[in-house]
Amino acid sequence: MSVTKGDFINNLGRVYGIYTGGFIGFTILLAILEQLGVPNQIIGYLFVFLTIGVYALIGYLSRTAQISEYYVAGRRVPAFYNGMATGADWMSAASFISMGGGLYIQGYDGLAFVLGWTGGYVLVGILLAPYLRKFGQFTVPDFLGVRYNGNFPRFLGVVVLFCASFTYVVSQIFGVGIIASRFLGIPFEVAVFVGLIGILVCSMLGGMRAVTWTQVAQYIILIIAYLIPVIWLSTKKYGIPIPELTYGQALQQISELEQKLGVAKSHFAAFRDATGNFTWTHFLNYFALIFCLMVGTASLPHILMRYFTTPSVRDARKSVGWSIFFIFLLYFTAPAYAAFAKLEVYSNVIGQPIASLPAWVQNWQQVAGMVTIKDANGDGILQLAELTLNQDIIVLATPEIAGLPYVISGLVAAGGLAAALSTADGLLLAIANALSHDVYYKMVDPKANATRRLVVARVLLVVVALIAAYTASTRPSGIIQMVAWAFSLAAAGLFAPLVMGIWWKRTNAAGACAGMIVGFGVTLFYLVMTRYFPADFEAMFGTKLWWGVNNISAGLFGIPLAFIVIYAVSLMTAPPSREMQEFVDSIRRPGGAVVGATSE
Amino acid sequence: MANMSSQNVTQDRMDAYWSKTRRLMFTILALWVFFGFFIHFFAIQLNSIVILGFPLGFYMAAQGSLIVFVVLCFWNASAQNKIDEEFGVQED
Repeated sequence: MSVTKGDFINNLGRVYGIYTGGFIGFTILLAILEQLGVPNQIIGYLFVFLTIGVYALIGYLSRTAQISEYYVAGRRVPAFYNGMATGADWMSAASFISMGGGLYIQGYDGLAFVLGWTGGYVLVGILLAPYLRKFGQFTVPDFLGVRYNGNFPRFLGVVVLFCASFTYVVSQIFGVGIIASRFLGIPFEVAVFVGLIGILVCSMLGGMRAVTWTQVAQYIILIIAYLIPVIWLSTKKYGIPIPELTYGQALQQISELEQKLGVAKSHFAAFRDATGNFTWTHFLNYFALIFCLMVGTASLPHILMRYFTTPSVRDARKSVGWSIFFIFLLYFTAPAYAAFAKLEVYSNVIGQPIASLPAWVQNWQQVAGMVTIKDANGDGILQLAELTLNQDIIVLATPEIAGLPYVISGLVAAGGLAAALSTADGLLLAIANALSHDVYYKMVDPKANATRRLVVARVLLVVVALIAAYTASTRPSGIIQMVAWAFSLAAAGLFAPLVMGIWWKRTNAAGACAGMIVGFGVTLFYLVMTRYFPADFEAMFGTKLWWGVNNISAGLFGIPLAFIVIYAVSLMTAPPSREMQEFVDSIRRPGGAVVGATSE
Repeated sequence: MANMSSQNVTQDRMDAYWSKTRRLMFTILALWVFFGFFIHFFAIQLNSIVILGFPLGFYMAAQGSLIVFVVLCFWNASAQNKIDEEFGVQED
């Protein structure tokens, strides 16, 4: 039953074509079962277990005992499929579940996420991906270790990677727990560990190779699941199945309803506070957030390492194009989601008697306060101010809100699960690989043989996964907030040394280390102080926030500082050796060998 | 000595290759700044133009700039490939 590699790579189109057809057929089958009276609970179970079962099967078939298969999928992943895998790797529970809700609540100002989470790929494509591919090792800290010639820069890279990726992976497992507990009807703490199994079956046996092929499968499910409800709604309302085109009309209707309901902050008004007034602080924070998210995109190791897996430098560049294309499909649809959901709530929920609200409200009230209704004036009619929707439920509940069959809800849950699992897989692998390759193999035991390295890699993967799942099961407060930290931390700690290492030959080890410490340190300081010790921060600086910049955009200070420090310290210390400059030349051109880097 | 001079030619060629690559990078970077940031400075003013129900400022942040990003990434790939071939530094 084992898949022979050559065959598999040559038949990718057929394999995933059959898979997609099979998944659509399965969804239709469930729709028929629903009509025949099979209970919702069963439909939910079938969706969750069947999709996880398929991922597990792919993970098992992709098992490997080879180092380069485990770490970089044998560098055989075609640009197109690497683009899909990157899409799934990238789009997390936050993109799939929370972003539509964020846009619902924040309107225009929420679009900072849409811009910030796509535009970063331009930076990946022009500044980093092709050169990291040419470099041709296994991890991002690997590059720092070789370019800056030592284990200290490598170690700093691992520290930044760990800090940025760990909170991120905890939040993904948290997302898995929410979905599993809602659709399987089991307690959250148990659901987290069910999710953990779903994550480990994808990655443990086959490492990057298995994660790659499951991520492609997960992308297909998540994009189908995301698009179907809005396409359906668009067709139902406006007769055209292109929601990205028709939600303009929804925006106009929302605008009219806003006036009728007396909403202070219009859906598409830019840079406004809650009362609807323009402020420069909102203006600054909008662009600061876009900047940090974009630069963070180009610094997160679980994304960068995907471009280590393409067959060539040429494919790495093209793969960046496919990545952003596949991501774009979801992101340019998200604002339509928000608009349709808002229109449904404004026209069919607000103003209804509270006693006869739709069933979805009751369903979601059972899940940890996702829907809160307070009849403040006691008239029994729901007013806008009396309804609080948690941003995480907008996407998950939209099919129910719009009265679509339950099978669509199951489909969306499967999509959300795919998004959370695929990102968690990529992040866990990035963390575990840095620990096993950079810390264990490169620093602790450079003589370890292949078998031993793979055993260590797998043990570390399970250990990190268990710690992350345990952390998620304690429901750490504000964990979702902390995800955005990952972008600022990675951006401040990694972007400057990576970019300057390629684009400025004069960059040396002393400069890179100083820049990483200062950039990362300042960002971490700002994040921790403004969030946990605001009083001390104010006592120190006489202000609550530097120039009013939100905690979430702390990278705004660290990123430029890292560049400045690297530049200044490099010029004050000796230039890198001649061999190092030749090494930089050799990674700048796609052809020829890499000078001075040890292979394996 | 022959070896030395051929290395120098390679270095010259490498410099020319890199300056062309750098120019492409800065061009795309400038377009990225324009569509990622600059155009959205005027979101409020652009919003007074409405096309198919979309206020233009909203549209640019929700779709317009994203389309440009996708095009920029594919354009970078193909333009850089041409530069590689022009200088004969592409992969075998």
